[in-house]
Amino acid sequence: MKFLEKQLKKLEPTFSKGGKLEKLHYVYDALATFAFTPATTTSRGAHIRDSVDLKRTMFIVVLALIPALIFGMYNTGHWHFVAESGNWNLPYWDNMLDKFLYGLMKVLPMIVVSYGVGLGIEFIFCNIKGHPIHEGFLVSGMLIPLVMPVEVPLWMVGVATAFAVLIGKEVFGGTGMNIVNIALTARAFLFFAYPTKMSGDTVWMGGKEADGFSGATFLGDAQSLLSDSPTVDGVTGIMDKYAPMDAFLGMVPGSIGETSTLACLIGAALLIATGVGSLRIILSFALGGLAFGLLFNAIGVNDYMNIPAYMHLIVGGFAFGAVFMATDPVTAAQTSTGKIWYGFFGGGIAVLIRVLNPAYPEGVMLSILFMNIMAPLIDHYVIQANINRRLKRLKVA
Amino acid sequence: MSKTISLKKGLNIRLVGDAEKTTAEAPRARYYAVRPTDFHGLTPKMLVKIGDTVKAGTPMFSDKYNESIIFSSPVAGRIQDIVRGDKRRILSVVIEADASDSYESLSLPNPSSSSAEQVKSAVLASGLWPLIKQRPFDIIADPVNEPKAIYVSTFDTAPLAPDYDYVLHGKKEEFQTGLNVLKYLTKGAVHLGMNGMAKQDETFTAAQGVVKTSFSGKHPAGNVGVQIHHTNPINKGEYVWVVNAQDVAIIGRVFLTGKFDITRTIALTGSEVSAPKYYRVVPGAQMGSIVSGNTKKAAEERIISGNALCGTRETVDSFLGFYDNQVTVLPEGNQMKFLLTEGWLSLGLNKFSNSRLYPTFLFPNKKYRLDTNLNGEDRGFVVTGELERVFPFDIYPMQLIKAAMTEDIDLMENLGIYEVAPEDFALCEFVCTSKINIQDEIRAGLDLIKKECF
Repeated sequence: MKFLEKQLKKLEPTFSKGGKLEKLHYVYDALATFAFTPATTTSRGAHIRDSVDLKRTMFIVVLALIPALIFGMYNTGHWHFVAESGNWNLPYWDNMLDKFLYGLMKVLPMIVVSYGVGLGIEFIFCNIKGHPIHEGFLVSGMLIPLVMPVEVPLWMVGVATAFAVLIGKEVFGGTGMNIVNIALTARAFLFFAYPTKMSGDTVWMGGKEADGFSGATFLGDAQSLLSDSPTVDGVTGIMDKYAPMDAFLGMVPGSIGETSTLACLIGAALLIATGVGSLRIILSFALGGLAFGLLFNAIGVNDYMNIPAYMHLIVGGFAFGAVFMATDPVTAAQTSTGKIWYGFFGGGIAVLIRVLNPAYPEGVMLSILFMNIMAPLIDHYVIQANINRRLKRLKVA
Repeated sequence: MSKTISLKKGLNIRLVGDAEKTTAEAPRARYYAVRPTDFHGLTPKMLVKIGDTVKAGTPMFSDKYNESIIFSSPVAGRIQDIVRGDKRRILSVVIEADASDSYESLSLPNPSSSSAEQVKSAVLASGLWPLIKQRPFDIIADPVNEPKAIYVSTFDTAPLAPDYDYVLHGKKEEFQTGLNVLKYLTKGAVHLGMNGMAKQDETFTAAQGVVKTSFSGKHPAGNVGVQIHHTNPINKGEYVWVVNAQDVAIIGRVFLTGKFDITRTIALTGSEVSAPKYYRVVPGAQMGSIVSGNTKKAAEERIISGNALCGTRETVDSFLGFYDNQVTVLPEGNQMKFLLTEGWLSLGLNKFSNSRLYPTFLFPNKKYRLDTNLNGEDRGFVVTGELERVFPFDIYPMQLIKAAMTEDIDLMENLGIYEVAPEDFALCEFVCTSKINIQDEIRAGLDLIKKECF
């Protein structure tokens, strides 16, 4: 490693002020600090500092996404073969290598495009604005492909990523300054710009769209319960068609990373154990979803409302949203009390949108985006309570 | 029986190099200095010139805006230099010390039979006043103000902090006399913050005429700011004065002996010290007299006057700070750390962290040799909730820091800036993932409010 260190130091003048490649200073800086924690020391105040840094924090999130990613690749492969063969009853745990390799071939380019476009824009932006490249996109770059349907064209991934990084983040000042979640911004952009390709009622299943073979999802079928021509026969019909255990394990069509609640929970365990993800948000998000689900059960005026509340937690992007999207510390509520309200309504509104809004079968994305916007307001009231306590003390004294 | 307040939030940073409980006499330094920079916000008005001879207790300069506050020479000798910095700001007044001390004769009243006014002017005239600090702002107390209470914390929870039970053992009379002096300075009570986690020395347990409250918990439970917040929080327009436990004994000693003898016992600590222990020194002594020959020289060393969280960076040629009860010597961290072996992707078995991102949280008793590397790069705030875990105040730390950064005075006031000092944020600065210099931000916020509103 001494060799690498020496080479880096030798290159440093080239990229420093006055050097030949000074314009690329921040690119050099990003790569150098990626390989080595810089030799910067403290000057006053706290002379010693915690070992934690943003790179480690972000890396843990990427690590937590791996189960969902791996499973997503496999699941992609499976539904591709289902579509190919036209056989709905194709055994799930069969031809595993083929399925995985197919998924890998499909998903890897999306990841490459997402990271390539996102980091490219960040590099350019940071050079223009003269600030170092921050780590935020390490996570966003992985999240973006995971919330996309697998057959989305690569150029759309690129455009969505560019939109999300530019409008979602850089205009606000970069990592830590954004108002709404980057990955959800990317998805929302596609959702509204190319609605025919992104709406959640049917998803592509890999390779066969020409035949119009689209895999229905639980949410799509559930939505149809409200229409004049339901695709399933009431609550029993839909519960027969989608076994809760399949939905929990993720053996259903859907966006790449979101189908498996189990994979999300493994990620959640890592996030909670390391303290990177907020347990408060994840739990209250789930509770919010459950509470609203039960509320609809109690009202029960149509078939959709009568779907068991727990199903909402394991279908669609609910678990993925709760674990990886809602917990984004920059866009979530920042106070401890605020996090509980934020999570509760995030989960609740997701179910609310699913059940009541006929236009959007999947409500998680919109619900989290909405709560991102509301988070500062929640924090405001939590903090105001603290301020009022202080003012009251002043009056008493 | 005093009540105990137990604090759940906080963090003990476990460093190698705790001082052993033996005391040595530090060799007399050749140079001593009184540095106006030790007193935040002070503009000095010189009372001596280069070449003047001074005794211990001779006034050297006063506060330009409050001339009753004087700063005296800690030793006898000759003014060797008045060091100036940018814009001719006075940085330090250096004294070349005589071989032994002669003392100014101080006429101090007997604290048990005098009026409050007499005691106050005696403390001012003797040069002891700078030992009394005030909240808000963490500066020398303004004698014009009426403090609602005076607080003394009898224990220090900072990393490698000196143990006042040891330092002040057998100094019961001096400590009590100091408390008696302080009692004249406030219409309110003198509060002692007791250590609820250990059996304390008689010096503290036998103290009379004070309100005792016990505190237990991790650092910063021993910070006087935390203790004030949980017993008698400061509202806008109120003042609380604070005095360090050893300084109380020093005030008592000067009143008992009539001599300006401010010798104190400091702990020489840190992983780079070969035999960490206590030394008796006069404040302002040249650092070399304490540190030279006592360090391992295993790596480049950082000498800190004070503790590792809020001390000032010194060299062997600079001086011990006026208030400091501790010198910490740590390895410099000016080496790059490769990501896989020591950096952010490493297993990190020797990386101390309050987060659970490194496996060291599994070893709650291990002690660490931490260096001064920033361990990361300056970033915007991203992670939430980490500051709150080490900040035992009913205050939102991140919001207050942001208010200070954006210079929003109203918001700072509302969020409780008057109750905090930069040292209370030292742990926040330590744990901050984004490596923001939080103590500087809070200090800047306090300075702004002082300038605009007082």
